[in-house]
Amino acid sequence: MSTLMEEMNERALEAGVPLSVQFDVTYRCNERCIHCYLDHNDHGEMTAGEIMDVLDQLAEAGVFFLCFSGGEVLMRTDFFRILEYGRSLLFSVKVKTDAVMIREKEADRLAALGVQSVQVSIYSHRPEVHDAITKLPGSLKRSLAGIRLLRERGIETTIANVLMRQNLQDYPGVIALAKELGAVYTIDPTITPMMDGDRSILHLGISEMDLRQVFRTPELIDNVDEFCAPPPAVDDGARDGLPCSASHTFCYISPYGDVYPCVQFPLPTGNVRQQKFLEIWKHSPQMNEVRSIHGRDLSTCSACSHLGTCTRCPGLAYLEGNMRGPSTQDCEKSFARTAIPSANMLAKAAATQGSAGSCHLVQITGLQQPFAPGVDVRKIESHLGNQLL
Amino acid sequence: MSPLYMARSHEIAARLLDGEMMIMSAHDSTLFNLNEVGTVIWQAADGATALEDIVTEKICVEYDVEPVEALKDADAFVRELAEHGILLLSDQPIAAPAAAPKEGI
Repeated sequence: MSTLMEEMNERALEAGVPLSVQFDVTYRCNERCIHCYLDHNDHGEMTAGEIMDVLDQLAEAGVFFLCFSGGEVLMRTDFFRILEYGRSLLFSVKVKTDAVMIREKEADRLAALGVQSVQVSIYSHRPEVHDAITKLPGSLKRSLAGIRLLRERGIETTIANVLMRQNLQDYPGVIALAKELGAVYTIDPTITPMMDGDRSILHLGISEMDLRQVFRTPELIDNVDEFCAPPPAVDDGARDGLPCSASHTFCYISPYGDVYPCVQFPLPTGNVRQQKFLEIWKHSPQMNEVRSIHGRDLSTCSACSHLGTCTRCPGLAYLEGNMRGPSTQDCEKSFARTAIPSANMLAKAAATQGSAGSCHLVQITGLQQPFAPGVDVRKIESHLGNQLL
Repeated sequence: MSPLYMARSHEIAARLLDGEMMIMSAHDSTLFNLNEVGTVIWQAADGATALEDIVTEKICVEYDVEPVEALKDADAFVRELAEHGILLLSDQPIAAPAAAPKEGI
């Protein structure tokens, strides 16, 4: 992040400005990705007129970065009308799409409207793998054709590669594709629970051992030594720090007008069909509750050695039952990076050890000792990962 | 010196944040932050008002600055923005600039 961008975020934070908003304009989709957390049925999404009214309110609230997403945005036949209106209000617009429906005409419109960037999910360079994840035959071929049209028009395009057990081996092929297409490549090993809290899709996530390997791959991580280093001692900066931008400079709006702190933080804070956006942003008790949480207020995590460096997602913690509690998936990431178990993992191991004393518990307790690389330890980690994932 | 007209490019994103204009070029995602005086000039760049008039009517009445000095600085400022493609310049009035961004809270 540039210095100017950091300054912009700090000023927005101080002024209470929602600098960035993700606006899902529909949950309908032409793909049925196996890891998707959404219900694709239309339960009464907002009309274009309603959305444009909300866009007016977002501009007045100071929103600068606006991400249109879904579902698949192009399932709405009026999407370009909405996009054109958003650009007329001078938002910096990013569009997330599967690009399956992007032909010459759509690519021309996106370029003409000055969209800042387009993000497309690509799971594999092999059609049989990608199409099996999207459940849409021919989707890889069509998505890549769409990306080519975008790149031919100079539109910045990001290929987002969600890692699952199904496609773990294919990221080098996706990296090569991104290079060939002149697209930015990003990787994401996080599988998000369903919006209703159903966690059944989490089994698709890669194992802890594989995550460890991913985090030590120079092609994916800029500085492996720095990324995987033990966390520095927790200081007041970490204890006073904010968990993330959710409710501080960012929020999420669903196709039904529900406003949430973040796309993966489904805490209802209000609905723009019933209230003005700024009223929700400034005065919602739920928004303000999220805002009030600092590092020192976190149960378990405030005493964790990873507090200052963990990617702890308060939304994932909320989906586990407590927005001030740990996010197990992020505990696993911290552990995969550093081989140092989180306070949450140690507490769970101790609690289970006290009550049952199974084979796993003995192994997890062993990890509290100084870490020594080797076959046995990796085996233990594998048990730990499989148990927690 | 012939009059200079300016119009905001359509190829930008912009928002007023805490009294200062944040602008992002859609071409290369370069981010610009205009100070208070720069923001006044930017908001007045409607394609129809000459720079000299903006300086006289918007700058010199608000800030303690000599008109000649202010115009010199303003001229350099708008030419710099034009080099980045976020402001259009002409010695003739320019039609249909981008809308001035709404003010944030």
